[in-house]
Amino acid sequence: MGEHHHHGPAKGLTRWLFTTNHKDIGTMYLWFSFAMFILGGFFAMIIRAELFQPGLQLVEPEFFNQMTTLHGLIMVFGAIMPSFVGLANWLIPMMIGAPDMALPRMNNWSFWILPPTFLLLASTLFMEGGAPQAGWTFYAPLSTTYAGPSVTFFIFSVHVLGLSSIMGSINIIATVMNMRAPGMTYMKMPLFVWTWLITAFLLVAVMPVLAGAVTMMLMDVHFGTSFFSAAGGGDPVLFQHVFWFFGHPEVYIIILPAFGVVSQIIPAFSRKPLFGYDSMVYATASIAFLSFIVWAHHMYTVGMPVAGELFFMYATMLIAVPTGVKVFNWVSTMWRGSLTFETPMLFCIGFLILFTIGGFTGLMLSIAPSDFQYHDSYFVVAHFHYVMVAGAVFSMTAAIYFWLPKWCGRMYNESMGKTHFWISFIGFNLAFFPQHFVGLAGMPRRIPDYALQFADFNMMSSIGAFIYGASQILFLYNVIATIVAGDPVSDKKVWDGAEGLEWTIPTPAPYHTFETPPKIDAAHAHS
Amino acid sequence: MLRLSANPTIDTVIKLVTVAVAMFAFVFVVMVPLYNVLCDALGINGKTAGQAYTAVPAAVDESRTVTIQFLASNNEGMPWQFAPTRTMMKVHPGAVNDTVFFARNPQPNAMVAQAIPSISPSRAVQYFHKTECFCFRQQPLAGESSAELPLQFIVDQDLPRDIGTITLSYTLFDITALAGVPVAAR
Repeated sequence: MGEHHHHGPAKGLTRWLFTTNHKDIGTMYLWFSFAMFILGGFFAMIIRAELFQPGLQLVEPEFFNQMTTLHGLIMVFGAIMPSFVGLANWLIPMMIGAPDMALPRMNNWSFWILPPTFLLLASTLFMEGGAPQAGWTFYAPLSTTYAGPSVTFFIFSVHVLGLSSIMGSINIIATVMNMRAPGMTYMKMPLFVWTWLITAFLLVAVMPVLAGAVTMMLMDVHFGTSFFSAAGGGDPVLFQHVFWFFGHPEVYIIILPAFGVVSQIIPAFSRKPLFGYDSMVYATASIAFLSFIVWAHHMYTVGMPVAGELFFMYATMLIAVPTGVKVFNWVSTMWRGSLTFETPMLFCIGFLILFTIGGFTGLMLSIAPSDFQYHDSYFVVAHFHYVMVAGAVFSMTAAIYFWLPKWCGRMYNESMGKTHFWISFIGFNLAFFPQHFVGLAGMPRRIPDYALQFADFNMMSSIGAFIYGASQILFLYNVIATIVAGDPVSDKKVWDGAEGLEWTIPTPAPYHTFETPPKIDAAHAHS
Repeated sequence: MLRLSANPTIDTVIKLVTVAVAMFAFVFVVMVPLYNVLCDALGINGKTAGQAYTAVPAAVDESRTVTIQFLASNNEGMPWQFAPTRTMMKVHPGAVNDTVFFARNPQPNAMVAQAIPSISPSRAVQYFHKTECFCFRQQPLAGESSAELPLQFIVDQDLPRDIGTITLSYTLFDITALAGVPVAAR
């Protein structure tokens, strides 16, 4: 060990294939998730192009269904989740003063099983009978009795990506619990680390449930069982319960790390510590707990007893309380701060406004009797894109702009970044705000054609979606231009309001950091 | 706190893997049986008891009349003719009632069917007792033959007074491919 000490990465392709460095793996996760974001976005463009006008223009209805299914699956499992895992890989060791993740070799595996899995999933498009077309929620019997032969490949890919998520989560928990620098107590951890710790516990608890659901599908399709087939004594509604027992915690798995990101960035550009750190931690934990007891609010119309509807309705409404605490704390952090509006801050403020709108529509959907009207309409589509895109994706974009200068030692083009924000913000709202209206007026989701009265709003929606999609090319260009030829940054802090251990190491971040644990003083707490 | 390894990282990993494996098992050994138990106990989804009800002597409440509606439908691709012989009956709570459904297999080959019941409103499920039902077992029929399928039921005297009509619906499934496999009776 002593005579041979690595300071830099290995050379060539094998560096990436065999790397156990948390920064390399984080980078690979981020690039992979961006590639998936482009692929899933491309499918969304096909959907919006078909919906540009009423009638069937471009694609067959079967292919349209494959597009909605793959768009959802790829965005959730291929883009958003891996992007936050990538961020966790880059940042958690740097934020808690650890030299690397606790299980570096497993880290390599949890990344490298992903690309082949998504290749397999995408390859179903070229199979006989096409890709899965039962929607990202793949309700039985659509996904069993009526599924094409590609469903087996789909089941296998869900198994593998679940395995990847579980391995990644175990790694994150093991790192946070065992590798914090001396003096870094739990209540001194940056909020991004806290939200990821809780998210990782959610993942370990519910990814096996998803694996169970697809295993039952596999057995129904190939081994003659009848979990979801009424003819054999099973029940298709059982599928919905199992799926949403996974599916509702899953939406918090997606949004909690986003909360963490916003809780890092807003204080930096408000030049104030985060307001209500302790309450943020408790709110995150409460949301995680509540996420396990609200799943059936996705299934109000399935024929539940009134007592069940009421329980799930009130439990769901309860989530608005800790979420409200969070929004209050972010706004209070900005209150009387010395605000500046660099690109990361713009995306966070965009997040704050639009996520809150998405939260309010969620509250509307939580009301069981109202949901009978909203269920499976475009209102639902508008709601979850406000929380998934303006929530998770906006915060992820903010995170890239915020930490990219630290990672590569070069500053992005600020005016291009701000242009990206405004085009995204306008495009996003143009795409999804009208969907509230068409949904309330009765347009169902997952259809390739619609009634004439929805034509104008759908055309607006499609134009907005094209604008939002195109703005991502600007983002990609800005990131590549920064890495290749951005203005060098050497200031350790990069942003004058940034606080935390990751800003105490040199810029760009060296390949190995914190090989000796840092000393934690009061100044680094709560950042 | 229980320590499973001297190495704290390995200790954490063992515990978390145990949680993950336990959650996978939880789906099969808890969620599925619990769902079926809850549905049976609470009548959720209109599922009726899978076994014959043993009649208890009870007075017939002639002051009250409940309308029972019968529906029969075929699951997709099921070629049989399947219908109730009477679409509606007016019964008194406590009385034993008999009716028959009619089924005919028009295909040249023998087939096996399974009827799956559903009751609406679901609150009525626990008050609708079947002492005999063709849905308790699989129904084989030779090619181009027909059968009368018996149903005997009692409406409980404790049926809430605001329920005046109960709809009993059967869906007939083609289980020829599954026949021979023991199937949970409904």
